[in-house]
Amino acid sequence: MIIENSEVILSVQDLTASVEGTPILKGLNLEMKAGEIHAIMGPNGSGKSTFSKILAGHPDYEITGGEILFYGQSILEMEPEQRARSGIFLAFQYPLEIPGVSNLDFLRVAYNSKRKHTGLPELDNFDFEDLVHEKLDVVKMDAAFLDRSVNEGFSGGEKKRNEILQMALLEPKLSILDETDSGLDIDALKIVANGVNQLANKDNTMLVITHYQRLLDYIIPDFVHVMEAGRIITSGGKELALELEARGYEWVREEEVLEVAK
Amino acid sequence: MSIQTITKQNYLSDLIQQVRQVPMVKPWLKEARDRASIVLEELTLPTKKDEAWQFTDLANLYATNFGLATNKVVSIQDIAHLILPEAENSHLVFINGFFASELSSCQALPKGVFVGNLSQLPDPYLIENYLGRQQDSNEVFNAINTAGISDVAIVWVNKNIVVETPVHLLFITIPDESPTITQPRALVVVESGAKLNLVEQYVATGEGCPDAPAAHPYFTNSVIEIFVGENAVVDHTRVQRETSAAFHIARSGISQAKYSQYHCHTVSLGAKISRHNLDIFQTGESTETTLNGLTMISGEQLADKHSNICLNYPDGVTQQVHKTIVDDRASVVFNGRVFVGKKAQQTSARQISRNLVLSPKARVNTKPQLEIIADNVKCSHGATVSQLDGDEIFYLQSRGLDQAAATSLLVEAFALDIINKLPVPSLRQVLSRCMACKTMVF
Repeated sequence: MIIENSEVILSVQDLTASVEGTPILKGLNLEMKAGEIHAIMGPNGSGKSTFSKILAGHPDYEITGGEILFYGQSILEMEPEQRARSGIFLAFQYPLEIPGVSNLDFLRVAYNSKRKHTGLPELDNFDFEDLVHEKLDVVKMDAAFLDRSVNEGFSGGEKKRNEILQMALLEPKLSILDETDSGLDIDALKIVANGVNQLANKDNTMLVITHYQRLLDYIIPDFVHVMEAGRIITSGGKELALELEARGYEWVREEEVLEVAK
Repeated sequence: MSIQTITKQNYLSDLIQQVRQVPMVKPWLKEARDRASIVLEELTLPTKKDEAWQFTDLANLYATNFGLATNKVVSIQDIAHLILPEAENSHLVFINGFFASELSSCQALPKGVFVGNLSQLPDPYLIENYLGRQQDSNEVFNAINTAGISDVAIVWVNKNIVVETPVHLLFITIPDESPTITQPRALVVVESGAKLNLVEQYVATGEGCPDAPAAHPYFTNSVIEIFVGENAVVDHTRVQRETSAAFHIARSGISQAKYSQYHCHTVSLGAKISRHNLDIFQTGESTETTLNGLTMISGEQLADKHSNICLNYPDGVTQQVHKTIVDDRASVVFNGRVFVGKKAQQTSARQISRNLVLSPKARVNTKPQLEIIADNVKCSHGATVSQLDGDEIFYLQSRGLDQAAATSLLVEAFALDIINKLPVPSLRQVLSRCMACKTMVF
């Protein structure tokens, strides 16, 4: 929802970044306010996923210029865990399998590290189990998944649901959903989207990164941005997504060329 | 003979002379001592030129002259933390090789089980057919142990007796300022149809941390012989937590009669240089053997595991998983030999060696050694050497865990399948904590 005069949560200014010397982001600008859902669309290789990992603090990328402000504070020097604890959450495109670590333990450690950061006492095993069972409902997940190793042997849909479960527990202010729709059948997609919609509220903001319009039928964005070659080349409302779906990315590129020619 | 060889032979004869001075609990042990001393006349100490020792350099050991460890008075409080709650009344304690009856307790054991030292054994002649009678006892360090044999920790389980309570053999060293040698010796006989859950542990008091400063060097040269009777089941957990100044050389010899099961869990955390020879001999068909191993070392430690499974009868099943976690400039060696003789048809043998390397200077030398003569068998082996996955660490960091917490969670997870199979719950608990903290402090 677009709320007038709501607080700016994320402000990305002229961001440039490279990996092993190859520039990936080339001057990216984005502002997200509380209550808003933004979508970034774009062809493969446009830098969408890189951008999501940079926001979360992946060590492989080097920021070469620009700024990322979270509630007005630069996060460029912050470690990934500091960003996570202060309210930035990345739902992975490919959530990792961690054999030997029980999902429940993992969720509890993650949840408690956030609580510790905010000065709250850690929850013990019993209280945490109560809480997690409550949250399972958000993504209609079976409690049996709690006793298994993190994501080990989970189907694509189960992994994505597990990501949204973590999001439900950590209650981030900025959620980045990196290609959350990839590998999901329509039923799983609906469950995941429904979970995300339950978690969106007037105090947080979400960045949905996707290649296809399909997900945006279920998570309705307030803004759609098109990314190409490391920059956002055009932005618009939710209708932009439909137009993209109908006319393809080539159309935006031509528009941009025209724009430049003018 | 080169000067070096002569010096080394002098070192060996000095060492033998030294260990023969340890008083014997029973005079008739002299016969075993003499036998071993004669064998030793033909033997030499190994060097890196010997294939079985090519990655384990004992030069530091040979450069140290070891005196005899003396008996020390230790109070029950001093060692209370080392007693497993499950074995509170079923444990033997040896201090510097001397049996400490006041620290030992065996009240919890059922009738038909003997757990004690040699002087407590009612019919000592019983052990004559077993003590030092196993194949390959002529390995040089094994022979040195026998040449200085002074007492024996004995566990004897009569036919069809099931011992549910774990039996804990605790060998404690209290190092002196000058280097000392102790030679623990154990004999375990589990008669047909019987069942035993055995824990064997090596530890030094006063310190448990591999980084403890001012640690005095000492040498533990231990031998355990286990005879698993027909249809008997033995679980054997072996935990080695010597100090980072210690030399630990040990041999476990296991004889398995037909239809018997032997499940071994070894955890090696300590010692500056450790070598464990684990030899399994099948003496009948349809045996089942499980060898789970876990080594976690750091600093300048070296840990060497040589296992040798000898199958000469049909229908044997063996499964071996050996995992290592190596940090800093530490170095692990694994050699897993499986010999499948001509008569050992329908053998099924699996072996996997998994190594987690936490530092660029750490070393792993791993080698499977399958020797198969029988023509109808199923044998496989594999080895992996890996580092912690950067993406896994990032995933955990992105959920709020700092790098140290993420690393310890992943290290613990790597070790978990071995830890979880330990048949003693309290050990599972303390060892998983050790893995997470990458220490060996309980």
